[in-house]
Amino acid sequence: MDAVTKSNAKTPSARKEARMRKRQKTLKLMKKNWVLYLFLLPTIVYFAIFHYAPIYGLQIAFRNYRPATGIWGSTWVGLKWFKQFFETPRFWQILRNTLVLSIYQLIVGFPLPIVLAIILNDIKNMKAKKFAQTVTYMPYFISTVVLVGMMSAFFSTNSGWVNNMLEALGFSGDIFFMGESKYFRHMYVWSGVWQNMGWNSIIYLAALTGVDQELHEAARVDGANKIQRVLHIDLPAILPTIIILLIMRCGSIMGVGYEKVYLMQNSLNVDVSEVISTYVYKIGLEQQMYSYASAIGLFNNVINFILLMAVNKISSKVSDISLW
Amino acid sequence: MSNIRIHNHCLSDVIYTVITRVLLVFLVVIVLYPIYYVVVASFSDPMYVNSGELLLWPKGFTLLGYKRVFANSSIWIGYANTILYAGAGTVIGLIATIMAGYALSRSDLPGRRVISLLLIFTMYFSGGMIPTYLVVKSLGLVNSRFYMIICSCLSCYNIIVTCSFMESNIPRDLQDAAEIDGCGNGRFFVSIVVPLSKAVIAVIALYIVVAYWNSYFSAMLYLTDTNKYPLQLVLRNILLVASSAIDSTSETDPTAAIQLQQAAQLIKYAAIVVSTVPIICAYPFAQKYFVKGVMIGAVKG
Repeated sequence: MDAVTKSNAKTPSARKEARMRKRQKTLKLMKKNWVLYLFLLPTIVYFAIFHYAPIYGLQIAFRNYRPATGIWGSTWVGLKWFKQFFETPRFWQILRNTLVLSIYQLIVGFPLPIVLAIILNDIKNMKAKKFAQTVTYMPYFISTVVLVGMMSAFFSTNSGWVNNMLEALGFSGDIFFMGESKYFRHMYVWSGVWQNMGWNSIIYLAALTGVDQELHEAARVDGANKIQRVLHIDLPAILPTIIILLIMRCGSIMGVGYEKVYLMQNSLNVDVSEVISTYVYKIGLEQQMYSYASAIGLFNNVINFILLMAVNKISSKVSDISLW
Repeated sequence: MSNIRIHNHCLSDVIYTVITRVLLVFLVVIVLYPIYYVVVASFSDPMYVNSGELLLWPKGFTLLGYKRVFANSSIWIGYANTILYAGAGTVIGLIATIMAGYALSRSDLPGRRVISLLLIFTMYFSGGMIPTYLVVKSLGLVNSRFYMIICSCLSCYNIIVTCSFMESNIPRDLQDAAEIDGCGNGRFFVSIVVPLSKAVIAVIALYIVVAYWNSYFSAMLYLTDTNKYPLQLVLRNILLVASSAIDSTSETDPTAAIQLQQAAQLIKYAAIVVSTVPIICAYPFAQKYFVKGVMIGAVKG
């Protein structure tokens, strides 16, 4: 500390000396803690190979990559692949599919966990609360493959119980839920709600249990009813959590997970179910156009990153809440 | 006047309570019924399942589906592979995560901010599917069990959770005292940090196991040899790929196709139960740790 004040005040030689002393101190700390660097070594190696090497390899998006010539031997082509992507007739369709699916998911999937948390927070019977929590968190642990498998069994046209039930209620009993394009988005989003609503409510529930009960007491004495207390005490208390999570969700708005979309995709619904990530998979690994697919992936990543930064910036200006 | 107000409030509170409770019961039923239905259907005669007569109790009790599943060697191979990948991956990932998390939690480690930032950056920006594939390919790890073991063992999120847990749970005084007594970093980590971090170790181990158990996509990308397929990829073939094959045969011979389809339906339900039982059974015991993990992560988030 005093080294810093000295260096601000005095001559260049004193400043130099202070810097030297600081460097020596750092070196001493590094030497003393060398074991800790050893602890970090596996992680650093892993991230270097599986995260930073691919980022470095992104340059093939600007090259004409051929396996025979490798990254270095392939020629630079500038923005050719990006142009090609923007000019394909499917570009707008894929972009729209990605955005519509993601925004639909955000609008439906984001508020429901908050509602669930507020409802759960109101339950005073601990056993009932615990049971409801256990049940609603459970689907989170079901794999995507099993989830889509369950959907295709339940919504099957000739044997699924959903169609059977609809038929019993007097509706048409052979709606092809898993096949027809017009149902794809609903099926995707609402199965996601089914799977994740409970799990995503945990964090809000934790924030709600931190709310001071005396505030509720005082409000009750002043004649506030339950709805008013939820709106004016509970919601403001969890607002910072809501905003942080919203920022993170907005930052991944272009990143619709390919795992589930890919499983739900078929030749009938591909006009609405083709999103950027599944398209990258097809172009890259099925058609082996590595450079083109990398360019599409990079385009997606950059937009995501910009969105995250923008939303974070806006939020920190408006409400003083930001990710970092 | 005040009486009426209180009365009004009681009424609105009662309405609120009733509506939210009904909603909650509705949600619990919606979540539980499909899971329950799968279990019941896996024990029932597919004839009743397909005609919609099955609602609450098994009808035409049968173990045929399970017999078929257990006779299916690819499921056993998938099971063995998944246990290998998840087991080895969790051990490796856990050790690396705990060590890295501890090192980054130490405020007296020069360079920890830079390293943290470099790790966090990968959460928001990645090379993407194709460059990663090319890196793995150039290392000769395509179609290798080794890559399946390490492919998702380390995640930045898990390191952050560990780090923030240790920042607040390993007292600085303890470390200073140990240092005075001549206890080095290595021994301090093994005999003090690890025992004090049991909770976070359980959380991270569970996170990694579940991630391995449920993933199929990296196996689909990187594996060509069916003998190396993990359970989820085998399941995908049974649940999703096989069904479209059956649909296409139905045009040639209707009655045989129906029988085939009924059997396939039964196998599906049984396969779902067999593959999901380990996770769902472990879940009630592990629930508090999962929830704890979300909390620790949230502090930092």
